[in-house]
Amino acid sequence: MAYRHFEFIEKHAWLLGILTAVMVSIGGLAEITPLFIMAQEVKPPEHVRPYDPLRLAGRDIYVREGCYLCHSQMIRALRFETQRYGSFSTADESVYDRPFQWGSKRTGPDLARAGGKYSDEWQHAHLMDPRSVVPESNMPGYPWLARAPIDADDIAARMRVLRRLGDPYTDADIASAAAALEGKTEMDALIAYLQGLGIANEPQATAGETP
Amino acid sequence: MPNTEYYNDHVVRLFLLASAVWGIVGMLIGMYAAAELAWPGLNLDIPWMTFSRVRPDHTFGVIFAFGGSALMGTCYYVVQRTGHTRLAWGKLAELTFWGWQLACILSMATLPFGITQNKEYAEPEWFIDILIAVVWVSFGAVFFATLARRRIRHIYVANWYYGAFIIAVGLLHIVNNIAVPVSLTKSYPVYSGVVDAMVQWWYGHNAVAFFLTAGFLGMMYYFVPRQAQQPLWSYRFSIVNFWALISMYMWAGSHHLMYTALPDWVQSVGMAFSLVLLMPSWGSAANGLFTFNGSWHRLRDDPAAKFMVIALVFYAASTFEGSMMAIKTVNSLSHYTDWTVAHVHSGSLGWVAMITIGSLYAMAPRALGRPAMHSRRGMELHFWLHVSGTLFYVVAMWVAGVTEGIMWRATGPDGALSYPFIDSLLAIRPLYIARWFGGFLIWLGMWVMAWNLWYTAADARKKIILPIPVPIPEPDSHQTPAPLPAAT
Ligand code: HEC
Ligand code: HEM
Ligand code: HEM
Repeated sequence: MAYRHFEFIEKHAWLLGILTAVMVSIGGLAEITPLFIMAQEVKPPEHVRPYDPLRLAGRDIYVREGCYLCHSQMIRALRFETQRYGSFSTADESVYDRPFQWGSKRTGPDLARAGGKYSDEWQHAHLMDPRSVVPESNMPGYPWLARAPIDADDIAARMRVLRRLGDPYTDADIASAAAALEGKTEMDALIAYLQGLGIANEPQATAGETP
Repeated sequence: MPNTEYYNDHVVRLFLLASAVWGIVGMLIGMYAAAELAWPGLNLDIPWMTFSRVRPDHTFGVIFAFGGSALMGTCYYVVQRTGHTRLAWGKLAELTFWGWQLACILSMATLPFGITQNKEYAEPEWFIDILIAVVWVSFGAVFFATLARRRIRHIYVANWYYGAFIIAVGLLHIVNNIAVPVSLTKSYPVYSGVVDAMVQWWYGHNAVAFFLTAGFLGMMYYFVPRQAQQPLWSYRFSIVNFWALISMYMWAGSHHLMYTALPDWVQSVGMAFSLVLLMPSWGSAANGLFTFNGSWHRLRDDPAAKFMVIALVFYAASTFEGSMMAIKTVNSLSHYTDWTVAHVHSGSLGWVAMITIGSLYAMAPRALGRPAMHSRRGMELHFWLHVSGTLFYVVAMWVAGVTEGIMWRATGPDGALSYPFIDSLLAIRPLYIARWFGGFLIWLGMWVMAWNLWYTAADARKKIILPIPVPIPEPDSHQTPAPLPAAT
């Protein structure tokens, strides 16, 4: 292109604006559109089920507290990672994750397969006061979670929104959701979520739920 | 013909004030976050003081409140000066100021209370996102309407960058934040899993590209020639760099997701474009630096110019570093570690904050009706505080990041991992303290700037400054390379 073409662009604000918009759109479209198409095609494997109500509530607390700022949930396909954290994470494991929680900084260890690593009691003590269990830790305590009962009112609303977005919750799942949270604290929910991490997101077959 | 048009510097002054205040607030929060990592007792078991609630407040505060206010203020200043025209739609422009401050205050006040989407750099919940979108569209309208009434036919390069910044950030913000609300305080994004990851880092990376880079390059392209008192080194070079930069950045987002569950081809495309991206990045840095050719002596007695030169050096350094980190093998070491944090702050403290401070020092006296800043020695002090603080910060985090990376991958002769995770945390503890100290120096510097601005604004506070007339008749409208922006 000869210089005078540029000169023309630089003298017409509307043209400059449109060309800029076109140029900035190309890259994103080229990378994201194929992913969208793939995402439509990829069906979650049989054993990966959407979060049951307690874990969903726990996950929302994990998101609210911002645990992902110190913990990743994405084991990379590298030998020293799989050695430390278990087999590498796959795309279908996070199909029900809104938002995704892969993280970008590991001040603490990866949690993608933390489920079942410790007992519920350990998790409880650790979340109440990490340094009571691991003295060198710099993780903050989250003691208020144990005092906060879960607000069971809007769990059904949350599940309905997720169903609208494509998660396969049944009417029975949604109807029984509030009952599953009866008497639970935010701490219980968070621990249930953590204990499910990496076990391919299967819900435990607890009473009062249809699988 | 008597001159009847004046520059609208009122809204510029408002943004200048906001930027100085948010800088102090945002960096104070960053310091607190840094202290919490070094001394975890500071979390105090208070929900809204906890590290994980505070850190998004830091990033929002410094990027959008401090950086955003500085960008909008200088943008309004530059588009008037380079177009020889008064800002269009003055009322709307003032509304963008109050709207933006409202969005910042709402975000800063809701994030620590857990009202957050927790997508990095797009944390505020949906109702704030809508406000941000409305303000942003108004900002764009004012900017392009002002361009439309310019008296200089040729649009100066700084405005291309500001324009790209406005268009791209608007696009990114809207696409990344599409969510379905459950209630006022909770929403779920329409994307999930891998797609969410890609959309998020397409956003996250280009927030870096168009907010933290293109916007500030706009600042650089105006204020560097201004402060060097000579025209841009190469005008044609800036054309190439502009189009290359804006078209390539958008491809590079996937370098944030190396070795993850993202499909391999997307990762490779991201890596390739990140490497090529080095060329326009260094092109802009070189163009800025060479503009000082022949007037390097100015650095001796102009701290604002010093800020700009060091900002450009850091810009070159952090983009080089970024391209290296985008190489898969390097990323396998650097990802998840404090190396990323070092890179972020060499970009943000070295480039973003320094070009902003330099430009504010260059703009403030003119916008405040004074011949110069109140105290040159204050500027000098600020410069040394900021540079030494930044070096403390960045060097400490580099060492920490490489230490973590090496310890995480170290294996003994038997093939077993050498260190439990906690050992790497213990190894970098002292560096967290050093980083905090660096941040403290930088924060002190911000107070020096605030003090200096306060006294420079003495006339403005008494409301005795006169508006500056737009130079009409305009000079020859056919200049390419655009002239030095008119002295005002
Ligand atoms: C300041 C960063 C930080 C934040 C924020 C943080 N953690 Fe941690 N976390 C750590 C560190 C460091 C460790 C390793 C030492 C330890 O076990 O305490 C850790 C360890 C853990 C472990 C044990 C992992 C293992 O494999 O040993 C779990 C589980 C955990 N954190 C959960 C959470 C949850 C849930 C949250 C949010 C409510 C959270 N963390 C927030 C830093 C953090
Ligand atoms: C006084 C100066 C500053 C201090 C002490 C400081 C401190 C911090 C700390 C402690 C973190 C968290 C790191 C972690 O998660 O491990 C952080 C993150 C961050 N800061 Fe700052 N900061 C400062 C200035 C700035 C400025 C001026 C900007 C931008 C203009 C900035 C942008 C960021 C960004 C983008 C992150 C996120 C990094 C990531 O997640 O990888 N900071 N900062
Ligand atoms: C050519 C230019 C650049 C390239 C190729 C580049 C590349 C990268 C790479 C590879 C990462 C690490 C991703 C990861 O492993 O998680 C990164 C992170 C980051 N970079 Fe850059 N970078 C560039 C310039 C800049 C500049 C100028 C800034 C200005 C402030 C910046 C800000 C950031 C931020 C904020 C992150 C952290 C994101 C996060 O994890 O939260 N980058 N960049």
